[in-house]
Amino acid sequence: MEKIAIKNLFKVFGSNPEKGMELLREGKSKNEIYEQTGLTVGVQGASFTVNKGEIFVVMGLSGSGKSTLVRMLNRLIEPTSGEVLVDGADVLKMSKSELVKFRRSKTSMVFQSFALMPHQNVLENAAFGLELDGMERPDREARAMDALKQVGLEGWENAYPDELSGGMQQRVGLARGLAVDPDILLMDEAFSALDPLIRTEMQDELLKLQDRHERTIIFISHDLDEALRIGDRIAIMEGGRVVQVGSPEEILQNPADDYVRAFFRGVDPTGVISAGDIVRDTQPTVIWHTKQGGPRATLEMLNNRDREFAYVLDSERRFNGVVSVDSLRDAIDKGNGKSKLEHAFLSDAISVLESESLQDILPQVASHAWPIPVVDAQNVYRGVVSKNRFLRTLYRAENGAHFEQQAVEHPTSKCLKSPAFH
Amino acid sequence: MLSFEEKVIPLDTWITGFIDWLVEGYRWFFQALKWPVEYTLSGVEQGLLAVPPLLVISIFAFLAWRVSGFKLAGFSVFSLVLIGLLGFWPETMITLAMVFSSVVFCAVVGVPLGIWAGRSDRFDKLLRPVLDAMQTTPAFVYLVPIVMLFSIGNVAGVLATIVFALPPLIRLTSLGIRQVHPELVEAALAFGATGWQVLLKVQIPLALPTIMAGLNQTIMMALSMVVIAALIGAGGLGAPVVLGLNTLDIGLATVGGLAIVLLAIILDRITQSMGINRTKENNR
Ligand SMILES: Nc1ncnc2c1ncn2[C@@H]1O[C@H](COP(=O)(O)OP(=O)(O)OP(=O)(O)O)[C@@H](O)[C@H]1O
Ligand SMILES: [Mg+2]
Repeated sequence: MEKIAIKNLFKVFGSNPEKGMELLREGKSKNEIYEQTGLTVGVQGASFTVNKGEIFVVMGLSGSGKSTLVRMLNRLIEPTSGEVLVDGADVLKMSKSELVKFRRSKTSMVFQSFALMPHQNVLENAAFGLELDGMERPDREARAMDALKQVGLEGWENAYPDELSGGMQQRVGLARGLAVDPDILLMDEAFSALDPLIRTEMQDELLKLQDRHERTIIFISHDLDEALRIGDRIAIMEGGRVVQVGSPEEILQNPADDYVRAFFRGVDPTGVISAGDIVRDTQPTVIWHTKQGGPRATLEMLNNRDREFAYVLDSERRFNGVVSVDSLRDAIDKGNGKSKLEHAFLSDAISVLESESLQDILPQVASHAWPIPVVDAQNVYRGVVSKNRFLRTLYRAENGAHFEQQAVEHPTSKCLKSPAFH
Repeated sequence: MLSFEEKVIPLDTWITGFIDWLVEGYRWFFQALKWPVEYTLSGVEQGLLAVPPLLVISIFAFLAWRVSGFKLAGFSVFSLVLIGLLGFWPETMITLAMVFSSVVFCAVVGVPLGIWAGRSDRFDKLLRPVLDAMQTTPAFVYLVPIVMLFSIGNVAGVLATIVFALPPLIRLTSLGIRQVHPELVEAALAFGATGWQVLLKVQIPLALPTIMAGLNQTIMMALSMVVIAALIGAGGLGAPVVLGLNTLDIGLATVGGLAIVLLAIILDRITQSMGINRTKENNR
C-alpha cells in the first residue's frame, strides 16, 4: 500500500529559484546553472513512491541532495515545485497550522548529529514531541519511558545527553522519534556518526523495532552496506536526481548506470558474500547414533587422522556439537569409563546459518580455534568456514577475483567408513 | 579656494533647532516616556530608604550566600557596613535604586529586542548601527539633549544610564539566540514546534547563560554611569564625587569612589554567580 508519493519534486536554493527552474527546463545541468546564476540545484525531478511499512533507503554521495529530499517531506525545506502526497494529502498545500499538526501526528525525525536538547534530561528529551503537542506531564512521561524501554535505555531517564556515549545519545534520538508514535520515521544518516560496531548494533535494533511495529521509514545513508542490510527498497541519488529505485537485489543485478555500478564496486565483500558461499566440508564428522562408546572411538579416529576437531551430527546430518582431542580426553578421564560423547562438547561451539554474511560470522570465526560449522535453515550440516578460508576469500574479493566460482566447487566430502562414523 | 575660514554647514544650529522643535512639539511624548521610569525609581528609592539598613544588609548577605557562599556573604556584609560607617548609606540606596531601575528597563526593552535581532537578520542589520552609535557616542554628548527633553535630576540620570547600558544586553541576547545550534531548532520544528515554542522551549533556555552575562554587563555599565549622571543633577554616590571634584575635596571624592567600587564588586559577584549557577543547571 502506498504511503508516500513524491511527484516531480524540485528544490533550487538561492534568491531567485524560478530562474533556476527555467534553466532546468531548458536542459541546463546543475553545474551550468551554478556557474551562470549562483543558484544551487538541490533536488531535481524526484519521483517515487514509498509503501506502508517498508524501510526505504535513499543513498547517494555527499551533496547529492539526500538531506534536501528528506526535509522536503516534512517541509523543513520548502520545495520549489512538485508534489508530496502522504496518505493522499498534499503536504505542500497545507497551511501553517495544518503543517504543525502533520508534523506532530504523522512524522518524526532522527538526526545525524542527534540534535538532543542539552538542557533537558533523557526523559524530557524523549518526551519532547509530546510536550510540544501539549500532552500532560504524567502521560507524556509514561509514553517516553515506554519508548526508552524499547531502545534499551531504561534507568538512564535522569541522565543528561552530554553524559551519554554517541550510541546511547542516538538511542535517545530514536526514542524521541518513537514516543510520538509516528506513521513515518525520517532518519537522516541517523547512524553515520557512530562507530561501525555500534552502527551495526543500531541497525539491528531498528530492524527489531520494525519487527514489532511496522512503520514507514525513510532512511538516508551514504553507506551501501547499511542500505543493503536494512533497506527493503533503495533509491540512488546523483546530483539531485533519483537515478534508480528498486530492491537491493534488483539494483545489484541491474545497476541503472555507471554511477550506480561505481557505488557497488566499493561494496565491502564481507557484507555480500554469505557463509554458504564459502563453506567447505573438509572436517571429520561423527554421527551420534550410538549413545555409548562415543568418546573413545572418536578420539581414536581423530588421532589416526591427525585432526584436532570433530563435528557431531545426528542421523539426519543435523548439527549437534563440536568435540576436540582435548575435550574428549577430559571427558574420558572424568567419566570413569561411562563418559558419553555429549560430555565432550565444546560449550561455546555454535553453528552459523549459511545465509549469514561474512560480516555476521566474523566474530565467531575470529574468536574460536576451530573452523565454524555452517548449517542450513533446517540445521543440516553443510560444512565449515575456517579462519584460513575466510581470509583467503577476503583477499581474493579485494583483488577482484570471482569469489562466486571459488565458492561453487565443493570438494568431495571426506568421511570415515567405520560403522560409528559416517 | 577652500580656506575653511567660515562655517559653511551650520549643523549645530540645525540640531539645536531640531531639539527645540522636539521639546516644543513632543513634550507629551517625552513626558509619557519619563513617567514609568520616574514611578519605578521613586518607588524603589523610597522603599530602600524606608527599611532599616540591617534588613537591606541581611537581604544582600542571604542572596550572596545562596548564589555563591559564605565568603561572598561575609564580604557583602563587611562592605555595606563600611559604607554605612563612612556615612554614605542614603547615597548608596539612591544609587542602588537608580541602577536597579535602569537595569529593569534595559531588560524590559533589551531582551525582546535582542531576541528579535537574534531571530531576524534583517532587524539585526538595522539595529547594529544604532547600537554602535549608542556605544561609541560619549555620554557627555547626549547629556544635553536628555536634560533638555527630561530636565535634570535622578530620572534624567536613569535615562542616560539606560542609553549607555542597553547595547551590551541586546548584543549578548542576540548572540545567545544565534549560538543555539540550528540543528536543535530544526529538530524542534520537525517535531511540530510553533515559532513560539521554538523560542520558549529551545532558544531562550539555551541562550540564558549568555543573556545573564549581558545583564551582568548592563549592571556594571549602569554603575559606571553613576558619576556622569551626577553631572546632570542625579543624586546618589556620584554626587559626593562630583562635589569633591568641584571643590577639590580629595577626601570626599575618594571616599565616594570607594563606596562605588565596593557596591560594584558586590553586584558583579552576585550576578556572575547567578549566571554560572544557571549554566551548571543547564549543562549538568
Ligand atoms: N541551505 C542551502 N543553501 C544553499 N545550498 C544548499 C543548502 N542546503 C543544501 N544545499 C546544496 O544542495 C545540494 C544538496 O545538499 P544536501 O545537503 O541535500 O546533500 P546530501 O546528499 O545530504 O549530502 P551529505 O551526504 O553531505 O549530507 C548540495 O550541493 C548543497 O550544497
Ligand atoms: Mg545530508
